[in-house]
Amino acid sequence: MGISPVIWQFLVKWLTASALFPREGSTIAPWMDELYFFLLAMTVVGLVLVGAILFTFSVRYRKSVHPVATQIEGSTLLEATWTIIPLAIFLITFVWGAVLYFRIYNPPVNSMNIYIVGKQWMWKAEHPGGQHEINALHVPVGQNIQLTMISQDVFHSFSIPEFRIKREVIPGRYSTVWFNATTPGEYHLFCTQYCGTNHSAMIGTITAMSPADYKKWTEDSTSGMSLAQNGERLFASMGCNACHSGTAAARGPSLAGVYGSKLTLTNGSQVLVNDAYLRDAILNPSQHVTSGYAPIMPTYQGQISEDGLIDLVEYLKGLNTNYRVQQTLTTSQSDQTAPTTPGVVKP
Amino acid sequence: MSATATSILNLPDQATATIPKKNFITAEDGLLSWLLTGDHKRIAMLYIISITFFFFIGGAFAGLIRLELLTPQPDLVASDTYNKLFTMHGIIMVFLFLVPSVPATLGNFLIPIMLGARDLAFPKINLLSWYLYVIGGTLTLTALMLGGVDTGWTFTTPLSTHYLNTHVVTTAMAIFVAGFSSIFTGLNFIVTIHRMRCPGMTWFRMPLFVWAHYAASVLMVLGTPVLAIAIVLVALERLVGIGVFDPTKGGDPLLFQHLFWFYSHPAVYIMILPGMGVISEVISTFSRKRVFGYTAVAFSSVAIALFGFFVWEHHMFIMGVSNYSALVFSLLTMLVAVPSAIKIFNWAFTLQKGSITFETPMLYAFGFMGLFTIGGLTGVFLGSLGMDIQLTETYFIVAHFHFVMVGGMLMAFLSGVHFWWPKMTGRMYPESLSKLAAVVTFIGFNLTFLPQFILGYLGMPRRYHAYPPEFQVLNVLSTAGATVLGVGYLLPVLYLAWSLKYGPVAGDNPWQATGLEWQIQSPPLTENFPEIPIMDHEAYDYEWLEHKTAHEVKAVG
Repeated sequence: MGISPVIWQFLVKWLTASALFPREGSTIAPWMDELYFFLLAMTVVGLVLVGAILFTFSVRYRKSVHPVATQIEGSTLLEATWTIIPLAIFLITFVWGAVLYFRIYNPPVNSMNIYIVGKQWMWKAEHPGGQHEINALHVPVGQNIQLTMISQDVFHSFSIPEFRIKREVIPGRYSTVWFNATTPGEYHLFCTQYCGTNHSAMIGTITAMSPADYKKWTEDSTSGMSLAQNGERLFASMGCNACHSGTAAARGPSLAGVYGSKLTLTNGSQVLVNDAYLRDAILNPSQHVTSGYAPIMPTYQGQISEDGLIDLVEYLKGLNTNYRVQQTLTTSQSDQTAPTTPGVVKP
Repeated sequence: MSATATSILNLPDQATATIPKKNFITAEDGLLSWLLTGDHKRIAMLYIISITFFFFIGGAFAGLIRLELLTPQPDLVASDTYNKLFTMHGIIMVFLFLVPSVPATLGNFLIPIMLGARDLAFPKINLLSWYLYVIGGTLTLTALMLGGVDTGWTFTTPLSTHYLNTHVVTTAMAIFVAGFSSIFTGLNFIVTIHRMRCPGMTWFRMPLFVWAHYAASVLMVLGTPVLAIAIVLVALERLVGIGVFDPTKGGDPLLFQHLFWFYSHPAVYIMILPGMGVISEVISTFSRKRVFGYTAVAFSSVAIALFGFFVWEHHMFIMGVSNYSALVFSLLTMLVAVPSAIKIFNWAFTLQKGSITFETPMLYAFGFMGLFTIGGLTGVFLGSLGMDIQLTETYFIVAHFHFVMVGGMLMAFLSGVHFWWPKMTGRMYPESLSKLAAVVTFIGFNLTFLPQFILGYLGMPRRYHAYPPEFQVLNVLSTAGATVLGVGYLLPVLYLAWSLKYGPVAGDNPWQATGLEWQIQSPPLTENFPEIPIMDHEAYDYEWLEHKTAHEVKAVG
């Protein structure tokens, strides 16, 4: 029976187009694959061992050749052997896995930070320069990229299989992951945590580009405002600068240089100011009152979107001096108060 | 002995053999006599019928899922329908099939007999637990009829509490009620095993089947209430918005997962431990040898139950838990893998110097050992922190837990059903057809789930309605395997039903097994034993059995 050449060609094409092993697209991928092959070898050896024991005994001691069983109680030596050897292998796996985990979940300090906001059912990426992307992420190769991610609604999970990274994107909390792409190209982005109706449509494309191409891309797709600039505008329009002005009489602490510093709170605890702390302090101020200040800040829960919070955080990260804060404040106050005639005594 | 060189099957002369007129099935007539029974054997039968019913509903959903995944496009059903399919498949299979499968059927039937007791400690609570199961099942079906639920069987908050408009509360009630069914079963087993052992039945003369059920019962009693709490909190959060899991009210969405997995990880051992008990009995019987390292196997069950409570966070390694707590939970996960390895090797060495035959229950047991080895070792992948990042939430994890739950537990269940079928019904199943079913199941299973490991490392996420086209070949293989697997599961239903009327009469002890259950008539009397037996030998004492059989023959002659 011959097979039609058309069908044959179709079959060959279909089968050869099938993926069997993911590309290695980041520096993490080879580390992950080493452990994977070790574990695969462990599985194959274990399976062959069990299979060989079962097969050998089944052949040698089947009833037709071994009609009467010899009763054996057990053997402490053998029990110890198959307790200690698997335990040793599992402990190697544990240490190896732990090292890899700490590598993937502790971003290097010099990473370039990109924010990711997940929502039903799309991914928003926000570059520091203000470039926004939906279901896409452009990154340069050869650079450590840290993703700071948060969800606006339910749990999502940000997965780039070919980079061997994945991290849960959690409502109300920043999570981070990092990678260093090695090969320019396009890669799958999946949401791997079930998130409702269009879970399987919450996908996107990661485009890794040479640094030159990436530079060109950032210039072509800028929105005109960086995240920090957006944040500065929000800082003024939400009225944050009224209290956090950095003057001696200000009702709130100065925020210049606060990022990365250690704060003492009124309850006596010490905290490191990072992205998560700043976000929490905006949404839930009564839990984060700096020592020496009154708990008068209102909550901004429900008033700022996650994007807005990212802008504010990004703004505060780079805030080194209160000069512009005070300038903005003065400008807005002089706009609001009616002009007064000099020399007239106020009632 | 009439057994041939390739089988230990020893059936009475079919021309003269009859089923004993007086037994637990014929003791009373009428539907009410079944629905109001306190007999653990009748309740086991009720369970067998009900879990088989739910197994095929869950199986039908699995079939539809695989059919949808035949093509990369979302073309067979709508996304919402697909989400409901995998949710209902998970809920039905986990809560209404796997958790009660071996304990409520074989365990219910056999534990009192294996201990030399007339019934469980609390026969009425045993019946109550079946009714709770039926109520839970009915509520699940109600939710299904009303339009289903699409939370996934894990009920992840805040999706389940704030974002879905399906019948979450009805389903939550179903699981809550079904949970009490399993708490009562566990409680009944624990009390029975402590208090109702016959004279001479010391702890270390109990069959390993009983040890495994004891460990599983402890898990049921301690773990299930936490699930009940978690599920009630989900319902309260939906209905009145108490805010325990809602970050905007100061709650923690991750807390739900801690609570849920605190039950649902031990639940995995609730499902697999009784299956391991079955395998111990079957391997021993068909190799005519006591189980190698009885105490090691018994204590490994207890160790699994103990460690099983302290590994739940390994479901959440990528979810922003503290890196250092992840370390602890990964280490504990590695430790819990060891007792399973111990069991596998002990079973394998039980064969050594045995006298092995390969009847259907033994074929299923071999299938179990192979598939459980793969399932267990791939669990080590997932317990290893770094590896988990790539594999979790993908088809790798789907394949892993199906190897353990379906390849492990379902194989063990089928092994046990075939093994004890002659005891429960008094009749044999057709041997060659059932061997065929065992082989078909094994092949179908591997074809279905091996490709999913590859898909998982490629990164195909679980619960995906559509997928990139380059994953299609592996998905087609998997769907093809599911078809074969479906045939493998349908066959036993057909021939077991057939055997109820036409199967050869089995006699008391067709396998010449040592357990107390084989020393009484098949099917047993309602009171199990005319007089309470005295256990004067170890479990799996084949010399005792030989001596006893020889003595009986003399007495008859």
